[in-house]
Amino acid sequence: MGRITLEKVTKSFGEVEVIPPLDLTIEDGEFTVFVGPSGCGKSTLLRLIAGLEDTTSGHIRIDGEDATDLPPAKRGLAMVFQSYALYPHMSVRKNIAFPMKMAKVPEDEQNRRIEQAAKALNLTEYLDRRPGQLSGGQRQRVAIGRAIVREPAAFLFDEPLSNLDAALRVGMRLEISELHKRLATTMIYVTHDQVEAMTMADKIVVLRAGNIEQVGSPLELYKEPRNTFVAGFIGSPKMNLFEGPEAEKLGAHTAGVRPEHIEVGDPASTYWSGTVGVAEHLGSDTFFHIHETGLADTITVRAPGDVDYKHGDRIGLNPRMDMIHKFDQQGLRIQ
Amino acid sequence: MARAVSTKQKSINTAIAGTLGFLMFFPILWILILSFKTEEDAIRAPLEVLFSSGWTLDSFAAVQARSDYFKHFSNSVIISLGSTILGLLIAIPAAWSMAFVPSRHTKNILMWMLSTKMLPPVGVLVPIYLIFRDTGLLDSRTGLTIVLTLMNLPIIVWMLYTYFKEIPGEILEAARMDGASLREEVLYVLTPMAIPGMASTMLLNIILAWNEAFWTLNLTAAKAAPLTAFIASYSSPEGLFYAKLSAASIMAIAPILIMGWFSQKQLVRGLTFGAVK
Repeated sequence: MGRITLEKVTKSFGEVEVIPPLDLTIEDGEFTVFVGPSGCGKSTLLRLIAGLEDTTSGHIRIDGEDATDLPPAKRGLAMVFQSYALYPHMSVRKNIAFPMKMAKVPEDEQNRRIEQAAKALNLTEYLDRRPGQLSGGQRQRVAIGRAIVREPAAFLFDEPLSNLDAALRVGMRLEISELHKRLATTMIYVTHDQVEAMTMADKIVVLRAGNIEQVGSPLELYKEPRNTFVAGFIGSPKMNLFEGPEAEKLGAHTAGVRPEHIEVGDPASTYWSGTVGVAEHLGSDTFFHIHETGLADTITVRAPGDVDYKHGDRIGLNPRMDMIHKFDQQGLRIQ
Repeated sequence: MARAVSTKQKSINTAIAGTLGFLMFFPILWILILSFKTEEDAIRAPLEVLFSSGWTLDSFAAVQARSDYFKHFSNSVIISLGSTILGLLIAIPAAWSMAFVPSRHTKNILMWMLSTKMLPPVGVLVPIYLIFRDTGLLDSRTGLTIVLTLMNLPIIVWMLYTYFKEIPGEILEAARMDGASLREEVLYVLTPMAIPGMASTMLLNIILAWNEAFWTLNLTAAKAAPLTAFIASYSSPEGLFYAKLSAASIMAIAPILIMGWFSQKQLVRGLTFGAVK
């Protein structure tokens, strides 16, 4: 079981309040991602749940029990760190065995779980090596192995893929998702990468300056961002947001339209038009960065890969009117 | 990218480094040569000394006959080991708390500790001498151990602090998450990772204490005198006896030189720890 509830949790460092009163429930077995720009308090929040930081006020409950003042070891949670945080003087086997040794698990049971974890994570042939002799991806798998064998109530991941190169990151992302499907244990995952958040999460918690901006499934956040911050943060490339007369014409203070919801065409017959700045050809898609539209400095458009415009070409833009997001003066969504 | 160095440049560099190394080593070599000469040969012109025929162990025998080498040697061992152990006992908890539970004042405390090393020791000679006289610590191994501990403490704390700082906090947090108590965290994670740093701190402190001459000369007479006083007793009053002075010096520095030689890998690793990772 691993249901985690935060009730009016706050955290201050001296005078600075990094987490204002915050309520959140993470259901058992859910894959929850905390996402936000750096300095938004997402790692602090994770560390509060882990017990590595003390809350200033409020309560943290794990499976209904008050864990606010419990030391990290007693919370039954396992954590995977960005820097892997393996014990450099121990072999892979001893690293994985460490939490079980601390919990005084019988030795044959320890070995059984190590073999099982090593098999699941493709680490069997590396068990006798030291962490220093492993690649970044292997080290991260050892860190995950160390977390798995504890059979924790929940896994906490603190930006675990940030130190890996792009290709490896995609692979590990899949592995962690598959692990979650297999174990069906609660996982809380912190990242600043909204692609990781979208692809892995059951539930995304978007944070800004310690405040929860929105909680929802990836598609809820994509389709109905509650405010301009979430609208701009979720989705890649970013949603085009603009103010001024064009937005007012649509009945909003700020209007937004995603790059994939604008079609390109002949400027004579389209709603907006502009000049192509840069065209990024990805093969499957082409991203056009368009200037002089009268909307914003740059409007990004996602077009099929075979559409070809060059720098300086005039281009017509047709937004899908049903996909336009409208926000009021405070940046809140207008339903 | 590796910087290109021509073979010629390499051999010039090697020659320069070799010459500098020889120049630094030369005084020790000369003492070694003099110690195997007679007093008559020892005061000749340098070239004559080198080519004079007599090689003898007389000076060593004379030194051992005149003063008790082993008494001084055991004093040196007791004082340098004692001050090192005492220093580590105080410095390890101090450095640990400053590295892992720092406060707003940690940097100031460290600076203040270091600033005590900027004062010339002679500045506090009179008060310390008087305190030692009144407490009966003059010419005692206990007194010397205490004063050398205090003198080297800032350096030990600084060294250990830098080593402890090198240990990533996340590893200790991982241990906490893995269920380790403070005792287990220190025992299974922190100590194994800090041992190289502690070992080189210990070695360096033994060397510093062994070679310390200001306090050992000023606060001892006969009973607690270590090897530094043993060397000093061969200069001045009755005139200079080069050969005996050299023999005494060799006998005094040999143990620490041998220890340094065997632990040089550890020492170098310790002193450059963190600089090249």
